[in-house]
Amino acid sequence: MLEVNNLTKIYDGGVQALHNVSFSVPRGQFLAVIGLSGSGKSTLLRCINRLIEPTAGTITWKGVDITNASEEEMRQIRRKIGMIFQHFNLVNRSSVLTNVLAGRLGYVNPAYSLINRFPEKDIQKAMLELERVGIADKAKNRADELSGGQQQRVGIARAMMQDPEMVLADEPVASLDPVLAHSIMQYLQKINEDYGATVLCSLHFLDLVHRYADRVIALNAGELVFDGLPGEIDDTKFKEIYGRDAERVG
Amino acid sequence: MKSKFDFKKFRPVGIFLAILAALLIYAYGFQVTKVNLEETRSEKRQTQLVRIIRALAKPDLITYDYQETEATFRIRIPCPPEGFQPTLPKEGAPYLKMTPACANPKDTITVEGENFPPNASGPLYFIPPSEVTLSLGTIQTDSAGHFSMTVKLPDRPAEEDQYIRALVKVPSGVPRASAALIDTWDKIVETVFLALLATTLGTLLAVPLSFFAARNLMKDVTSPFISVALYILLIPLGILAGAQIARWAISLRLLLGITLWVDGIGIIVLPLALLFLFRWSVPQTDEQKPSWKLRIARALALLLAYFLGVLTLSFVSNILIEAGNFIQPALGSFGFIGKFVRDCGDILGMILTILSALVGGGVLLNIANRFGEYAIRHFSFSANRLLNLIIGTVSGAGLAVMLMAGIDWLYQFDNRWISLYFPAGIGGLLGLLMALRFKPRDKVGIGMVVYFISRTIFNALRSIEALIMVIVFVVWVGIGPFAGVLALSLHTIAALAKLYSEQVESILPGPIEAVKATGANRLQTIVYAVIPQIVPPYISFTMYRWDINVRMSTIIGFAGGGGIGFLLIQNINLLNYRAASVQMIAIALVVASMDYLSSKLRENMV
Ligand SMILES: Nc1ncnc2c1ncn2[C@@H]1O[C@H](COP(=O)(O)OP(=O)(O)OP(=O)(O)O)[C@@H](O)[C@H]1O
Ligand SMILES: [Mg+2]
Repeated sequence: MLEVNNLTKIYDGGVQALHNVSFSVPRGQFLAVIGLSGSGKSTLLRCINRLIEPTAGTITWKGVDITNASEEEMRQIRRKIGMIFQHFNLVNRSSVLTNVLAGRLGYVNPAYSLINRFPEKDIQKAMLELERVGIADKAKNRADELSGGQQQRVGIARAMMQDPEMVLADEPVASLDPVLAHSIMQYLQKINEDYGATVLCSLHFLDLVHRYADRVIALNAGELVFDGLPGEIDDTKFKEIYGRDAERVG
Repeated sequence: MKSKFDFKKFRPVGIFLAILAALLIYAYGFQVTKVNLEETRSEKRQTQLVRIIRALAKPDLITYDYQETEATFRIRIPCPPEGFQPTLPKEGAPYLKMTPACANPKDTITVEGENFPPNASGPLYFIPPSEVTLSLGTIQTDSAGHFSMTVKLPDRPAEEDQYIRALVKVPSGVPRASAALIDTWDKIVETVFLALLATTLGTLLAVPLSFFAARNLMKDVTSPFISVALYILLIPLGILAGAQIARWAISLRLLLGITLWVDGIGIIVLPLALLFLFRWSVPQTDEQKPSWKLRIARALALLLAYFLGVLTLSFVSNILIEAGNFIQPALGSFGFIGKFVRDCGDILGMILTILSALVGGGVLLNIANRFGEYAIRHFSFSANRLLNLIIGTVSGAGLAVMLMAGIDWLYQFDNRWISLYFPAGIGGLLGLLMALRFKPRDKVGIGMVVYFISRTIFNALRSIEALIMVIVFVVWVGIGPFAGVLALSLHTIAALAKLYSEQVESILPGPIEAVKATGANRLQTIVYAVIPQIVPPYISFTMYRWDINVRMSTIIGFAGGGGIGFLLIQNINLLNYRAASVQMIAIALVVASMDYLSSKLRENMV
């Protein structure tokens, strides 16, 4: 159970990216986060694993107050939260395998990982995860030799290395073509259904929301403007979320 | 509107004033730089210049063995009254012939030579009874080995025999490298290695230091106020403790014996024990939080492992020194390898204490940080405030006393009030004020403080030329290449750390974010997300610095730093321009070829 209470984020420059956002996500739910560009979706997701420090408000997960956790406690929390990014955020010059193994950094002892040594079972797990997303043959390649779709699969394998209980996906398919988008979304669905992981996924396309999400929240200029089922987004709601002049495609 | 009008009106005046000011500036510039056109036209200076340029154009590169052929002719000046009978030439041997055979001083006579080596030249001397030779000119033989020359006899009348001697030098055998060339070769090798060592040492130290001067890595390093105050007190303590541990390890090693077999057992048994302890105290994965007792036991085991590690390194250092001493005489002309091994051991022994001190400081820093984090989470608000005030005051006093101890060392006040009580009081007060200023649970941006301090130090060091730094090092370690290595290294550290840190600042933030999100700690994030991104720019900057160091090492000898520059300045001061020319050519060749080499390498790597 993830609970977000009155979350507010004001950036150093004074931009108010989130304003009193509150919602809760039960365990195992697939939650879509929608909203215009600049509405604060990325900020929200990054506040949850504290890649961005919230200005005010609390976030509790499994009864632990994330907003007040120490660095050591954050390490324990983050390693259970996988994250997937729009631009994949792989380390280009490292091998695919090393990128995937990085998912274990929260578990392995820092002293060993500093000299690039991982336990044998982690390496086996990494190969298994790569096999699951169908690119085991690329394990030794450099990450930047892969296509966009393949890179995002490496990103998923990296998140899966964490044995995540929650996955934050920040527009995971925005830089991919529609066919690839569905295949990536299906991996997320599988993580959600087969492993029972809670998924928070920001999306731009409503058809993807309808097809994969259990529930939707919508942000507009940092405020929560909708919280409900995908089917409930009718034309009025749509205008509320995306503004008066928006037009529905498809 | 009005101002625009004014501007237009005064524009010509402004231009006029600007031109006037420029003229003034340049006139003054001519005055202070002592521009002297007379000198450039002076006859004397010009002949001097021509002489030097000609000398430079004839670098002293090779020498030959010469075969000398000489012939002497006995004469009388003036002609004796009893008449004069010249010596008859020997058949086949080189001989001189004079017409007339005797003459008065200042007469012009003809000297002819036969049977000399063909197409050769050499001096023609006049040798009076005092044997102080006078040069009569240079002879040049034809293809038959014959020459003929008219000379004016010197004003040296004498009753006795006097002589005319012709000396012809012909190079024989193969040409050899001249002494200047041999010296230059030695020094050029020294120069290149000087640059190599300075670049290596500078790079090794600049890489870790550059992270402290990178804004993007340091900006979110924060600590609670309590931790920061504790850093000031505990880090020096940790440094002392670390150094003490190293000293204990070294004296334990000395106690165990100085024989080689003890050393041998030491470096076999100790690492095994160390590995075992380390394996036990640092498990590969930590799924669950370990219990209190286990954590303390592990910490103690780790401390023991650390001590054993220092002891092992101390043994290694000793073995290297002993081995170096042993093999140096045995290797003959490769004895420098033995010396290198010994020096490595010596360096290891020296940096062992420093490293241990750094580790000690780091460990206590970590403890201080953890304590602060714990305090702001688990203690009450007022308890935190009280802790802030107490620790803030104490550490303010401590910092002031430490700073003052440094100043006292420089100026030797010899007064407890100045060196102890006053600074403690003022520092304590400032610490208290700081503690009041920060809210108890606020975090201090200590990372940016470190960032600004390291940036400032690098910028200051960078602005002092290595050529000036070397003067200080010459005082410390004496004239020679070692002083040059130290000065160039120091400059390299500052310059590279700055360049490197700018590279760190321009890496992609995405991968850092992703690695952080997996639960990686700061060090892991650097190793997995930062280092892979900076390898190519670091390599190319290191090579760029290598180019600069090669150039610098050619002139660092001007200030006593060894290398080719030392030889060059010596020869210039001795007016030995032909030798200096050799060194200039060598410098040009080395710099150009190293440039070429590194640009080729860069092309292939990046
Ligand atoms: N590091 C930052 N510093 C200052 N302002 C920021 C920063 N990051 C984001 N913002 C601002 O905060 C607001 C919310 O940004 P955010 O990236 O969360 O939006 P988003 O919904 O993810 O947009 P997109 O769909 O384009 O990714 C924007 O106005 C943005 O300009
Ligand atoms: Mg975004």
